[in-house]
Amino acid sequence: MNHLPQAWGRPRDDVYGAYDHAYLQNGPKQHTQSPAVTGTSVLALKFKDGVVIAADNLASYGSLARFTDVKRLRKFADTTVVGFGGDVSDMQYLDRLLNSLDIEEAYGGSSHTLNAQNLHTYLSKVMYKRRSEFNPLWNQLLVAGLDGEGKPFLASADLLGTTFSSPSLATGFGAHLAQPLLRKVAFDEEAAAKLTVEEAVEAIKESMKVLFYRDARSLDKYSIAVVTKDGIDLKQDEKLEKQSWAFADQIRGYGTQIN
Amino acid sequence: MAMFSQNPLMNGPNYSFSQTPSTAAAGNKEHSFYPYTDNGGSTLAISGNDFTIIAGDTRSTSGYNINTRYSPKVFKIGGTTSSQDDATLVLSVVGFAADGAALKERLDAIVKMYRYQHGKPMSVKACAQRLSTILYGKRFFPYYVTAILGGLDEEGKGAVYSYDPVGSYEREQCRAAGAAASLIMPFLDNQVNYKNQYIPGSGEGHALQEREKIPLPRNEVEDLVKDAFDSAVERHIEVGDGLQMLIITKSGIEEKYLPLKKD
Repeated sequence: MNHLPQAWGRPRDDVYGAYDHAYLQNGPKQHTQSPAVTGTSVLALKFKDGVVIAADNLASYGSLARFTDVKRLRKFADTTVVGFGGDVSDMQYLDRLLNSLDIEEAYGGSSHTLNAQNLHTYLSKVMYKRRSEFNPLWNQLLVAGLDGEGKPFLASADLLGTTFSSPSLATGFGAHLAQPLLRKVAFDEEAAAKLTVEEAVEAIKESMKVLFYRDARSLDKYSIAVVTKDGIDLKQDEKLEKQSWAFADQIRGYGTQIN
Repeated sequence: MAMFSQNPLMNGPNYSFSQTPSTAAAGNKEHSFYPYTDNGGSTLAISGNDFTIIAGDTRSTSGYNINTRYSPKVFKIGGTTSSQDDATLVLSVVGFAADGAALKERLDAIVKMYRYQHGKPMSVKACAQRLSTILYGKRFFPYYVTAILGGLDEEGKGAVYSYDPVGSYEREQCRAAGAAASLIMPFLDNQVNYKNQYIPGSGEGHALQEREKIPLPRNEVEDLVKDAFDSAVERHIEVGDGLQMLIITKSGIEEKYLPLKKD
């Protein structure tokens, strides 16, 4: 009697050879277990009468800077811009989803459209549902625009369905590097409500530059959008200006080397 | 080895699946996606004679980062409108914020439906039981939160119910939950329930008489809550930024916000 039940009814190795697992290769359903082509930081900052949001135009394939003309800011219904960090194929899926949502909403016939707050609620529920099915959309999104009362709105949603809102937000590497810089100009909602467009855009551009210096998965070409009640001003082919590299030719060796 | 053996049982079963590990089978794709995270923060609830205070800090974290300095984790539940002006129950959730938000929305919808179907607001006792079944309903994929429910019971006395993530619950005088629960709870034992406090000069050793346990007035409870959080902020990095207090009395729910240290 063999007392190991897992062997009962199985062919014996010494008679038939080791069991061949090859035919079992069509295993469990494949979900996004890890991101492949990725976008890095998205930055956004509220100001007096709107929100500025920016993201560079790079889609990396691991450490390879694979696609250098990928637009990661998406307009929605004249009042909202969504910025995508993380997996690019999942970003493109969400883009199609938002297209069909936009079309569905247009069937209503009323002039009423989804505002930034509505869109953020929608997207965060999509993200939470997908994580609960163990099939996440591997992104962190920033939703920038105006809420139902026409006030500046900025909020985040990520692959786990976590949501939060703040006067300034940054995803990925930007959360470490840009967020401290942005908090200097907009420490709280009151401070953000005093910022002008120029100040806000300047702070975002400065942060994008710091990220290009320090983030190995970033690019000096970027998109930037300003959302106000007058509409969306989206520029998709900006180039970082006034970089500081002149100090570098003074640096020699790693310690005692003179020339 | 097996080829020299006349009796396979002598040196193991020699069947192809005999070495199958009892844990995850080799060759299966490892799932690197982990559906939970911890957003830090702490909550605290204390019930009094005719009131209940539920408080929570407003910081949301991920790792060493601060997501935002204002993300409430105490919510009014079951009002007739979205503004929740006429709500009588308060729920606090701390742990994984996305699960917390989902749980809060589910409970709120259920309590609103109860009012619609029965023509009266839900009692804390009924809501407490229902919350337990909601949590247990996800027993094998739990809401990763520590919930505390507060309100006034049928006699108008303060009521606090505390939960574990899968629905075990208990009515209590006071409860701290979240990141700094282990820092706050012993302080509450001492200052709310007068544990280890004795009447001076009432005897020697075991003959000492315990201090009489009397329910605290509201202003003293508010001070305890503030002190508890100020202390937690000093010693726990995930607690800080702001303190939100919801005070439930028979005349409604009052909200108080106080700044905490932002370091």
